[in-house]
Amino acid sequence: MEIENTRPKRVDFIFNKEGIDPLKVVEKTIQRNPDDIILDMIDSGLKGRGGAGFPTGLKWKFTKNEDSPVKYVICNADEGEPGTFKDREILDQVPEKVFSGLSICGYTVGAREGFIYLRGEYNFLLKSLNEKLKRFNDGLKKMGLDFTIQMRSGSGAYICGEESALFESMEGYRGEPRNKPPYPTVAGYLGKPTAINNVETLVYACMICQFGPEKFREIGTRDSRGSKVFSVSGDTPKAGIHELELGMTVQQFVEEFGDGDTKAVQVGGASGGCVPRKNFKDTIIGYEGIPTGGSMMLFNSSRSMYNVLHDYLEFFTEESCGQCTPCRVGCQQLLKGIEAVKRGERPPAYLEDLKKLAATMKLSAKCGLGQSVANPFVSIVNNFREEIIY
Amino acid sequence: MNKFSVNLTINDIPVTVPEGTTILEAAKKLDFRIPTLCYHEDLCVAGNCRVCVVEQVGAKALVAACATPVAEGMCIHTNSATVRTARKTIIQLLLSEHNADCTKCYKNGNCELQNLAHEYRVGEHVFIDLINERRLTIDDLSPSIIKDDSKCIRCQRCVRTCHDIQGVSALAVAYKGDHQKISTFLDHPLVEVVCTNCGQCINRCPVGALVEKTNIEEVWDAINDPTKHVVVQTAPAVRVAIGEELGYDPGERLTGKMVTALRRLGFNSVLDTDFSADLTILEEGTELLTRLKKVLVDKDETVALPMTTSCSPGWVKFIEHTFPEFLPNVSTCKSPQQMFGALAKTYYATKKGLKAQDVCVVSIMPCTAKKYEANRPEMRSSGYKDVDYVLTTRELGTMIKQAGINFRNLEESHYDSLMGDSTGAGVIFGATGGVMEAALRTVYEIVTGREVPFKNLNILPVRGIEGVREATIKIEGCQPEWGFLEGVEVSCAVAHSLANAKKLMEAVKAGLVNYHFIEIMACPGGCLGGGGQPIPTSAEIRNKRSQAIYNEDAGLPLRKSHDNPEVKILYEEFLGAPNSHKAHTLLHTHYTPRKRY
Repeated sequence: MEIENTRPKRVDFIFNKEGIDPLKVVEKTIQRNPDDIILDMIDSGLKGRGGAGFPTGLKWKFTKNEDSPVKYVICNADEGEPGTFKDREILDQVPEKVFSGLSICGYTVGAREGFIYLRGEYNFLLKSLNEKLKRFNDGLKKMGLDFTIQMRSGSGAYICGEESALFESMEGYRGEPRNKPPYPTVAGYLGKPTAINNVETLVYACMICQFGPEKFREIGTRDSRGSKVFSVSGDTPKAGIHELELGMTVQQFVEEFGDGDTKAVQVGGASGGCVPRKNFKDTIIGYEGIPTGGSMMLFNSSRSMYNVLHDYLEFFTEESCGQCTPCRVGCQQLLKGIEAVKRGERPPAYLEDLKKLAATMKLSAKCGLGQSVANPFVSIVNNFREEIIY
Repeated sequence: MNKFSVNLTINDIPVTVPEGTTILEAAKKLDFRIPTLCYHEDLCVAGNCRVCVVEQVGAKALVAACATPVAEGMCIHTNSATVRTARKTIIQLLLSEHNADCTKCYKNGNCELQNLAHEYRVGEHVFIDLINERRLTIDDLSPSIIKDDSKCIRCQRCVRTCHDIQGVSALAVAYKGDHQKISTFLDHPLVEVVCTNCGQCINRCPVGALVEKTNIEEVWDAINDPTKHVVVQTAPAVRVAIGEELGYDPGERLTGKMVTALRRLGFNSVLDTDFSADLTILEEGTELLTRLKKVLVDKDETVALPMTTSCSPGWVKFIEHTFPEFLPNVSTCKSPQQMFGALAKTYYATKKGLKAQDVCVVSIMPCTAKKYEANRPEMRSSGYKDVDYVLTTRELGTMIKQAGINFRNLEESHYDSLMGDSTGAGVIFGATGGVMEAALRTVYEIVTGREVPFKNLNILPVRGIEGVREATIKIEGCQPEWGFLEGVEVSCAVAHSLANAKKLMEAVKAGLVNYHFIEIMACPGGCLGGGGQPIPTSAEIRNKRSQAIYNEDAGLPLRKSHDNPEVKILYEEFLGAPNSHKAHTLLHTHYTPRKRY
């Protein structure tokens, strides 16, 4: 492959503040027809940066097309995925760009109220965000846009990052995912059509409105347009936030960020997949390969993949809302199962039963949490079977 | 096809159903049963047990049949290899966190999880047993309900019942992940929270996590005790539901056979709560008229209207917690069960030449809250506990089975004398609106000297299934002593299930409505849908029981409480008149304001 030896290309959309006034972007954009804005979004190829990768333009279009006098737009800042910390940095560095993206989204779909649902652990940002938000809301008022943004605070439950659980939480109920359909674009917050977007997605939306869809579209690959903010952690000398063009292989990524002894990369956080060294070259980071919400955890040979998996499973066992059987009981069984195998209380072949269980969880859990536990489980067990057993 | 119809195939068979139908309902139409656990037709859809997952061709994952509406062109498979594997795995997962001591379980034989485990032949336990000490907590402090968390499968039917049907929310989901459980406020025992003991959660619990606290053994002991004279009273709604415990279809009237069976069980005297229901009407009707007179004639502002009924102990506990400021509005009359108990240990004992302490009163009730009611400290006006033991309809069914009685072949027989006579008015106490109808039949006649002006005495406006119903009766042609009621339109309301009661009382509180008399029953359908009735329950089953109750009423020669001959004798020989001092001592009570938390 020709890109084999190139290094990941750094991009500076998100954190660049020079020459960009987020309020002005709103002012400029709302002169346009909402349908044109949606076309630009679709054109740009922007997909949701929270991890699921739903095309942003389509989401906005569906919400706009709903016939309802009341609609909402929400920024999902419940960044709870282990290994992900990019939204915190974005909200700290360039919050006005987030407000701008949310306002444009609100104008486009026809909402008068927007909310930023902030992870409970990020409440230290709340005071400064509120101050900046007040100025921003005043700015929106001055330009005559009937739209205001308010902050909402989570309480530390991972599941509330799941959009329908987030609505339940915002409505004052226990954070439990809802049945879908109906999808948020039809019935979201308070049962009204709701466009809910990740923090980073909204910044890209703002940037696309500023620079045009081509600028975004021209980088990345066919299925993974543009760039992405990565949260790099683990055994790396370059831990931190890096905005990179999409389309690189794990190999390229590891060459840039690894410590020379990388044996596995967990792509997409605890709920993502684990790529072992032998697959680095063939795995593209993006929708044609392994999608990610931005978390990249590097593990070198000093790490026990049993411990890694055990940690993830402990996390899911605790953070499952407990509502549906496959997730509530399945997570506990996977966790206790690998413990039993490790202790020799169950034969190694029991891992096969557990893989079947993981497959059932993927097929039958009510929401993305339970469905995605199989990702780390199967990828780690398949690739590091010896480490799990012995 | 019009635009509101949706075409799909289920297991390759085409079907057309209205838009909004779920896959579960569409499959039912084709006679495919999809197993369910968290689904209950009385409740909103949860979609959390995942046992009903089916394959939707083209979808990435399986979908929950109970929660997924049909869509045009959908291809559904309810029994593919993928579905069967997933379903079996899910059942195995549930069993791994379930205390599956089936042979010792109170619900053995009537457990939806047990049935599914059997149907799917789950066999050996694949998964690790997750039952540990934390999960073995059993709350058996309530006199009505036992909550055993080790049996709980977290389907949340009880939570939805308590919230949606009853508006009580004593039960809620707490914690998350592996710690998630169904709990109460601060994990307090049920007896210390807002629980009304209605038992609706028991009726809907698919497993043995919520069951009644049984008193069967105590009752056998009393029957076997030669020093005890054990009298049994049967509530109106039991006779139309006991059959369901014994293999009959819902809606069979089995009064005569039930009386025979009770006699065969060894009760010394088989008597009827319908008798004290008639008595209640005279006491409560008189109380209503007295209140009306005090308000309309004496302009006494201390007297509270509207007056509400007090027969339903779930309602009484609910109003004590939720609307304590309205306690003066609740009729001071005890419920028929407690009136019966107080009289059994005084009037009945004297007439039979027995000592009060030798009389043991057992009630067969469609209700679990009656167990709590019988244990209230104020329910000892005979000097002893007025009602010793309360059994649910389900427990009576169990006793009949234990005694080896071939119920179907039993002769019919009549209740014993002295507190065994009843009228149709007493019978309809078992249905929502029944107390109202019975009261109107009597009050109208007391005031006007004429029968209530409805064909065949059937006051249809207060019957039905709507959650809240209203009726007004204009009083014309009064007897001279009731002249102050001439032309008054007596305005009544009826509500069943506590969520509806709450709605009604909030409207009263806000001054949006004005009534003289309100009947409230805690359970959907009234007592016939009570928390002690056979499981399962559904609107259709309750409707059949209701029809049976009204048929029983229609077929009786006496249908007005004041015509009950034994009630007349009781007043002549013992109580004097309704609301007399003696009646007040034995048949009336008081209430206790309680907090929400």
